[in-house]
Amino acid sequence: MATTAVGHEALAAAPGEKTGLWSWITTVDHKRVAILYLIGATVFFFLGGIEALLLRIQLAKPDNNFVGPEFYNQLFTMHGTTMIFLAVMPMSQIFFNYIIPLMIGARDVAFPRLNAFGVWVFLLGGLFLNASFLFGAAPDAGWFGYANLTSKQFSPGMHVDFWMLGLQILGVSSLAAAVNFFVTIINLRAPGMRLMRMPMFVWMSFITMILLLLAFPVITVALILLMFDRFFGTHFFVPAGGGDPILWQHLFWIFGHPEVYILILPAFGIISEVLPVFSRKPLFGYAAMVFSGVFIAFLGFGVWSHHMFSTGMGPIADTFFSLATMLIAIPTGVKIFNWIGTIWGGSLQLKTPMLFALGFIAMFIMGGLSGVMHASPPADLQQTDTYFVVAHFHYVLFGGSIFGLVAGAYYWWPKMFGKLLDERLGKIHFWLQLIGFNLTFFPMHMVGLHGMPRRVYTYPKGLGFDGMNQMETVGAFILAAGFAVMLYNIWKTWRTAPPAPADPWNGATLEWSIPSPPQEWNFPEIPTVTGRDPLWEAKRQRGGPLPEPQRVSGQGIHMPAPSYWPLVTALSLPLLFTGLMLASKIGPWGIFIGVATLFFGIYNWLFEPSYTSIPGVRGKAHH
Amino acid sequence: MTDIAHPLAAPNPHLETSTGLDSRKLAIWTFLGSECMFFASLISTYVVYRGKSLVGPFPHTPWTDPATGQVYEPIIEIPLVTVGTALLLFSSLFIVLALYGAQKGNRKMLLGWLGATIMCGVFFVGMQVYEFTHFVHKGLTLQRNMFGASFFTLTGFHGTHVTIGVIWLLTMFVLALRKQLPPENAINLEMAALYWHFVDVVWIIIFPVVYLMQ
Repeated sequence: MATTAVGHEALAAAPGEKTGLWSWITTVDHKRVAILYLIGATVFFFLGGIEALLLRIQLAKPDNNFVGPEFYNQLFTMHGTTMIFLAVMPMSQIFFNYIIPLMIGARDVAFPRLNAFGVWVFLLGGLFLNASFLFGAAPDAGWFGYANLTSKQFSPGMHVDFWMLGLQILGVSSLAAAVNFFVTIINLRAPGMRLMRMPMFVWMSFITMILLLLAFPVITVALILLMFDRFFGTHFFVPAGGGDPILWQHLFWIFGHPEVYILILPAFGIISEVLPVFSRKPLFGYAAMVFSGVFIAFLGFGVWSHHMFSTGMGPIADTFFSLATMLIAIPTGVKIFNWIGTIWGGSLQLKTPMLFALGFIAMFIMGGLSGVMHASPPADLQQTDTYFVVAHFHYVLFGGSIFGLVAGAYYWWPKMFGKLLDERLGKIHFWLQLIGFNLTFFPMHMVGLHGMPRRVYTYPKGLGFDGMNQMETVGAFILAAGFAVMLYNIWKTWRTAPPAPADPWNGATLEWSIPSPPQEWNFPEIPTVTGRDPLWEAKRQRGGPLPEPQRVSGQGIHMPAPSYWPLVTALSLPLLFTGLMLASKIGPWGIFIGVATLFFGIYNWLFEPSYTSIPGVRGKAHH
Repeated sequence: MTDIAHPLAAPNPHLETSTGLDSRKLAIWTFLGSECMFFASLISTYVVYRGKSLVGPFPHTPWTDPATGQVYEPIIEIPLVTVGTALLLFSSLFIVLALYGAQKGNRKMLLGWLGATIMCGVFFVGMQVYEFTHFVHKGLTLQRNMFGASFFTLTGFHGTHVTIGVIWLLTMFVLALRKQLPPENAINLEMAALYWHFVDVVWIIIFPVVYLMQ
């Protein structure tokens, strides 16, 4: 592996480092796009968290009237929608964007402007969805939007309009990112970075992209049909006109189940990076990890109807989907044993990222076990629509995805911002989160099995739910305190911590071979890879740590040129959909403006020059 | 410096990528793979709702309105759509010839066959506009029954794809006219061609499912 900057002058700081608002609006740098995702995802994560706390306050005692039933419906719908589409998915995007190009030894993604387009569409889509609160019309039909709850007859207001159009906008963002990273991972790998040498995070991300590509068109169609029902009077999901509400459930879950893996696979990837580094051992069973990931994704498309056992599909369908679902426990178990095999006999360093990764394994196993329980239709009929299911999916999505993403945040923070987060505060965060999480969600298994239904705004006294619910509410606030500690940690280290070295954890992958934070072009010279843990290999060959990489001028490196057209093009989508929503009041003008902006943006995007080169040290342009 | 330049920096067809494939071409293939699921969902919806209409007009059988006694004839007219289908199929050949012209630097061939492709596309969209209007006059609307809803949605989204393809090809045509489509940029046309073939293939599925299956 060669990363020495032959032919590049070493510098204290790079010239031409762009600053200011305009440089962010026009940025196409994958690292800055990642930071935009970070800002957006953090804001939406805290919004979703506040919604969760309001729900918990409402449920803290029986017969409570802190929020009424209508607002409660809006809160749980927006909590689910926000956490899935605006928090966990974009949090994964932070690491796709920042880390994948660094791990595969690339200077940027395959389509930098498409990448910028993706983040703008995500931010605008999130604002569009949340703007519904301003009109008192937040979506209120659940994150799954089951027909007929969403039909014009039962939901005449704008609640569902905001939901279906907002999700449509966010789908465009996900697809743009998926095409981009699929191509990036296939095509921009450094010489020698064969597929079976890619870091596990890149592998799991690659599989996630395939899932995004194949799952999102299905919900796009479902949302289009719903839109036709609501705006144009068709009867796709209206039984009175010959339609079938169950078709919605099929389309939604053909998307929705792969979506579950879209949420968890990136976290699988992250902890597969963290565990080896803090165990001082290579990942155990690399090939088995790759293929079990592929197998999970493949099976993920054949299990959607386990969300629908209670619709009465008959014994054959029930049997098929039940068996297919139980089968997923096998590749997932392979992964868990490999993670344990990785830490087995290692010299463990219990740093904060490692703690969260270990927490992930324990919590995810619990979520997985309750998942296998309701893979059985008779058990599922008992558990469906109760808090048992809420407990299950929070163990996999919070105990799994969020624990994994937080591990990634502590692990890569020094690479992204050049500051190591404080270990002591990190450990306090970990214990608050672990205790708060279990206090919140473990009792839900019990109240669920006792029959407490989901999505109901209150419960009567004396059913045996009171104490457990109180405990859950206390847990939720401890959980929130954990994240407050993390924010304080970021604020404190931002101001006082010394600059982080390039390789603070003695890492194995390429991102640790360049300065923290990396320069715009990442690698002054594209490295050559000869094995699975290229940096460990380089250190072994050298017989010790590598010298601290220096910042260089980057003179003559060709980089994608900044552009504001991705933002203009992205703006056309909320314009178009606002036009659609208002079409019955103001006529088709809004739609025309949206489409015109779309074409204007795309044509200017396509016909502008897209490359530039880093100017010389003394401002000399070099082509 | 060229050996360390970003693969994308070289605006030539011999981009240095891990697979040797141009990233843009790979992106179009990826996008089309995703589109397969889009049309699969629409076609499935159509198939699920076949024969589920509560009232006529129906595609292949007559229907008498019990309230008024009015008879609705089977609404689908196969000859017209067959011509449209044939033109769309031929246009796939034409665009291959246009691409060959672009790659060989034969501008006459490029412009001629690209023009023919665009004409076919325009005729197909025109055929569809005529067909839709005709159906509406005969009483079939989006709202009328499940056939109307799923038919207009499926063929409408396909028609939208053809329209976008025509706009894309027109853009290429203007570029070719301005001599901005030299052989080293033929990939730009190749991407449009891949999309065009895909839209064509989708129609090959829609045509028998909607028009021929009774």
